[in-house]
Order: sequence, then structure tokens, then C-alpha cells
Amino acid sequence: MKREYDVLVVGGGPGGAYAAKTFAEKGYSVLLTEKRPAIGVPVRCAEGVGKKLLHEFFKPEDQWIAAEIEKANIIAPDGFKMELEPERAGSEVGYVLHRKIFDRDLVWQAAGAGAEVQVKTRAVSPLMENGAVKGAILEQNGTSHEVRARLTIAADGVESKFSRWCGVDTTVPLREMETCAQYLMTGIDIDPHATEFFVGNDVAPGGYVWIFPKGEKTANVGIGVGGDRCKPGNRPIDYLNRFVKSHFPNGKTIELIAGGVSICQPLPCTVADNLMIVGDAARVSDPLTGGGIYAALYTGKLAGEVGAKGLDQGDTSSQKLMPYDKTWRESYLGKALERNYQIKEVFVKLIDDDLNAIIHSVAKMNMSDFNTLNLIKNIIAANPKVALKLGKAGLKNLIDSF
Amino acid sequence: MIEVHREICAYCGCCVSVCPEGALELVDAYLDIDTNTCINCGLCVRVCPLGALEAKK
Ligand SMILES: Cc1cc2nc3c(=O)[nH]c(=O)nc-3n(C[C@H](O)[C@H](O)[C@H](O)COP(=O)(O)OP(=O)(O)OC[C@H]3O[C@@H](n4cnc5c(N)ncnc54)[C@H](O)[C@@H]3O)c2cc1C
Ligand code: SF4
Ligand code: SF4
Repeated sequence: MKREYDVLVVGGGPGGAYAAKTFAEKGYSVLLTEKRPAIGVPVRCAEGVGKKLLHEFFKPEDQWIAAEIEKANIIAPDGFKMELEPERAGSEVGYVLHRKIFDRDLVWQAAGAGAEVQVKTRAVSPLMENGAVKGAILEQNGTSHEVRARLTIAADGVESKFSRWCGVDTTVPLREMETCAQYLMTGIDIDPHATEFFVGNDVAPGGYVWIFPKGEKTANVGIGVGGDRCKPGNRPIDYLNRFVKSHFPNGKTIELIAGGVSICQPLPCTVADNLMIVGDAARVSDPLTGGGIYAALYTGKLAGEVGAKGLDQGDTSSQKLMPYDKTWRESYLGKALERNYQIKEVFVKLIDDDLNAIIHSVAKMNMSDFNTLNLIKNIIAANPKVALKLGKAGLKNLIDSF
Repeated sequence: MIEVHREICAYCGCCVSVCPEGALELVDAYLDIDTNTCINCGLCVRVCPLGALEAKK
């Protein structure tokens, strides 16, 4: 490890890896530091990603793909199953990845592009000078190292503390922390090409149960519930155990995964002097679906592009880095986050009767009219009570966000 | 006092993200708590998906 780099990337998830790769390809000296001993483990993910979205970044390697998904099923609290064929499932038609392999390959690519990688090396505090970030203190094998960098990327995931140490408040409100548990199960009877989502206040209050296939008879079976609904005896693990007992009594569990996804709004600002915040650390995971792989890749790459311009010109002040913040907010990602936040705010207030009514009415919709705005109009027409719950302001927000 | 049951914790980071004081930290494979900064608000105990945290008097 050297004492000085152009760029220091904190965190070796998809966001950090893609940022490191982008900077390295442009010829900058990069150190990627990851506190865990191995990249990508333990996994904290259901591993689903939209095909089109992933193809924006690469042609996926065969070994990344556990399953190809052709349709999604949504199961209402009353047991009614709505099938979303490809035309309707939108970007949810996609892949279920092997994140252990995927994440490691991304870091591998960053290393291949010239980035230096250190594992089991934790950033324990930033180096601050006159309010600007100048690198970090890294702890490795019980020794502290001062590493200086012209630009630091906080890609430290959901538990992000680096930006907090730099003065950016990243605390997630309890009710906007989706708390999750998941089993990788085998020996279960599933459609290997369909994802399933179960909603309802008995199965997953403020969230959903997912089944994401990873091949024949094998799937990630997991659940997320709103943090404020989590109680002793009714924690995600308890809901999951009950679900598995009733749906897959003979299935075998070969991995336990715990995790958290923020479903709040993104940080109000994702840059500071010599600092850029990407991926989950920036709170850009999708508030409705909990998906964050795409957002991490997108923001990681963009940070690399905008950050490199700053480095080229010898100016990495927050003002110079601001186009990063502006660009992602105005992108497909930023708009989807805003819209899905509004939808999520409605979703978490719905009682089972509302959910049943909505899912039944959507299932009747004509496919050729199927777009998100029509979807909302349809839901509101069929379920005026939902419109009442939203209130005038909520309704306006929702419509405006399309 | 918050006690971490390490035999239950799966080091997921949920608790770390809701802690208003930054008192929790995932070191490479275990959860650490700084009892000097913890204000015993109990948010971490509530959010844990596995029930690995306990508030002790
Ligand atoms: C249960 C669950 C299911 C999910 N399902 C999906 C899904 O199906 N599809 C989807 O798209 N997304 C899903 N997500 C979200 C997805 O996993 C994340 O959005 C994604 O991993 C974010 O990538 P990232 O690079 O921002 O952060 P991470 O992948 O979390 O990487 C951050 C890295 O930083 C390291 N780090 C943290 N602090 C430090 C430090 N101080 N020093 C050094 N290293 C540090 C961490 O160890 C970690 O490796 C799910 C999340 C959970 C919890
Ligand atoms: S939320 Fe629970 S399982 Fe996750 S790190 Fe904290 S104590 Fe461990
Ligand atoms: S009790 Fe509150 S302050 Fe203490 S560690 Fe838990 S969340 Fe943080």
C-alpha cells in the first residue's frame, strides 16, 4: 500500500468496484479498500437485476447468471395470483445473479484496469483539512496507515459511516429501513423462470416476501418488513420461518442471509469537497423494490466520469463535483427513485383489502394500455379509498413524479 | 446498555444504519458497540432482523 493515490475508494461492492475501474481506466492511481476479508460475502442480496439495466454496463458473463427470469407473479393477501408476462413485468424481467461471483469479478476488473485492492482493510476515519477530505486512515492487520488521496469515494454500502464521519448525516429513519432475512433454499417446487412476490400484512407488513429462482428447485426465499413493524416474535426471521413452514415444509436451507435496505429518499447532497458518495451509501436503493445493484453501478460509473474531469483540471471541490449529483438526479434512476418513493409511501399504508382490490383490478387491465401512469389511474378509479389515503398533496406528488 | 448476541448476529448492518449516534460499527466480521456514545435509544434493538441485540438495564 502506498501513502498517496489520486483516488481512494472505500468499499468493494458493485458501486466501489465500478468507480475504481472507471478511474483506473482513465489512468489515475486508485486504491480500493474493503473491510471484509472476501469480496461479496456474506451476500446481502436477493440477487435480482433487470436484463436491460445490466446490459447498460456489460455483456454478462455466464458464470454470473444463476437463472434467467421471464415473468413475475404477484400474490395478493387473499391468495389471488397476478401474472406479469414480459410486456408488463418491465425491467423486472431479468437475471438472478450469483453475487459472490459477480461482485468479485467486478473487483477483478477494477484490478485488471490498474486499481490496487486491499481487503480486510477498514477505513476508520477520514483525513480532514480545512473541511475538505484528504484521504483516510486505514486499519489493516492491527496497524493504522494514513493514506492521502485527491478524491475519496464513499461506496461503503448500507451501513455507510464514512460520509457521516465527514459530516454528512446518513442515518436512516427506523420506518424507512427495510429489515430483511433470506434463505437460499433447495429441494423446493418452484417455476425456475418466474419470480414471485407475496404481499400482505400477515406475510410481510410494509414489505414483501420474494422467491427468486437460482436454478431448478433452488431459490432465494426472503422477506423485508418495515423497521417500525419489526417486533420480538415478529422479526423478519420469524415471518420467514412461518412462510417457509407453510410453503416449503420439505425444502432444505443451505444459507442464511440477513440484511437491510434503505427505502428513504436519497441523501440531499452526494458530494462534498474531494468526496463523492455512491450506491447504497448515497441511499439510492429503490424505495419500492429494494433493488440497488443498478443504482450502485450507475452512480459508481458516473462518479468515475465526473470525478476524472475534476482531477484532470485539478479541482475536486464540491462545486466542481456537483454535476455528478445533478446528473444522477435527472437520470432515469433519479426519476424512478422519486416516483417509487411516492408509490412506496402509499403502499406501506395499504390494508389487505386495499391490496386485494388493487391487484384484482390491475390483473384485469388491458395490456396495450399498460404503462405506469395508466396503472395509477386505474388503481385510483377502482379504489377511491386509496386516493383518499393519499390525500390531495400525495396524489399530486404521485402524478407529478411520472 | 446494549448487548450484542454474537451467536445470533449475521453482521448485516441494519442496526448500524439506523443508529443516530454512530455508536455501532461492523468491523470485518463482527459488530462493535461504543458504549460511550450509545444513548440507549433502542432503535437498533428494534430493527435487527434476527433479534441479536438486547437492551440490558
Ligand atoms: C436482503 C436484501 C436483498 C436485496 N435484493 C436485491 C435485489 O434483488 N436486487 C438488487 O438490485 N438489489 C438488492 N439489494 C440491494 C443491493 O444488495 C445493494 O443495493 C447493493 O449491494 C449496493 O451496492 P454498493 O456497492 O452500494 O454497496 P455494498 O454492496 O453494500 O458494498 C459496500 C462495501 O463496503 C464495505 N465497507 C463498508 N464500510 C467500510 C469501511 N469503513 N472500510 C472499508 N470497507 C467498507 C462493505 O464491507 C461492503 O463490502 C438487496 C439488499 C438486501 C439487504
Ligand atoms: S441488525 Fe442484527 S444481525 Fe444485523 S448487524 Fe445488527 S445485530 Fe447483527
Ligand atoms: S441504542 Fe441507539 S444509540 Fe445505542 S447503539 Fe443502538 S441505535 Fe445506537
